[in-house]
Amino acid sequence: MVLSEVHAGIVLPERTFRPDEVQLFMYNAAIWNSHRIHYDQPYTTGEEGHPGIVIDGPLQGDFLTQLVLEWVGEDAALTGFEYSNRKAAYIGDTLVARGQVTEVRETDREVEVELAILNESGDVITPGKARMRFHQ
Amino acid sequence: MPLLTPELKATIGRQLPPARAEVTRREICKYSVATGQRLQRFIEGDEAPPMFLFGLFMPILPRAQVGHDGLPPDSGLVPELPLKRVMAGGTRQTWFRGIYPGDVLVSRQTLVDLFEKEGAQGPLIFAVVENCVETEAGAPVMTERSTRIAR
Repeated sequence: MVLSEVHAGIVLPERTFRPDEVQLFMYNAAIWNSHRIHYDQPYTTGEEGHPGIVIDGPLQGDFLTQLVLEWVGEDAALTGFEYSNRKAAYIGDTLVARGQVTEVRETDREVEVELAILNESGDVITPGKARMRFHQ
Repeated sequence: MPLLTPELKATIGRQLPPARAEVTRREICKYSVATGQRLQRFIEGDEAPPMFLFGLFMPILPRAQVGHDGLPPDSGLVPELPLKRVMAGGTRQTWFRGIYPGDVLVSRQTLVDLFEKEGAQGPLIFAVVENCVETEAGAPVMTERSTRIAR
């Protein structure tokens, strides 16, 4: 993909994520996070008051970066990224990552993309933004 | 009557000691599988996905220092605040280069702001922490500002 093919309004191919116990175990082992809300059901519901095992917020941030990086492939580099976890997600939830180009700046070859993770109710639980610099 | 006393405001600018970490291909591969990456350069560990950085500087402490909740003790960078319900705000990153196996990276965290606002349901305190990640040679990799909100 080259910058001249990109324009504001383009909708990125969406991606669905269904994190399960094994994925959360691998993720928290990989980032060295032993917070019990990500693997200990009785503790999570009984002591922290969640309805189920909590999907890590930064993992949802990662899902948003995957959406934009898969879209540009080798043709652009990430120069900016932001996200905010507004509402918790739990194992068993199906999460959908979406993105749309909001701005193309030819002068610095940069593209702004608005991002969101939605839960099954359609609530935006993790909004975000990414900035990509195209090589050509 | 402001909630943030001069003593609390005086903590703005304080820093944690720098943290240093080596990036290995194996750790990148584990992270890539765990997060479901589909790009070959991440799966094979030729480059790390950007959010790999989130775990790279996690403290590795003896079991006895990890709390009942499974978390390490707070770093102490953000002082104890007069409002106790703490939520993660947002995280904003600027990227300067990718992360590759063999990189030795250094993270420097600074409390850059502490301010209060009146929210619809009462006062809010915002704590902003900046994390600057560089290579050991001093080349910038990423700068991040994360906000914690207490209410």
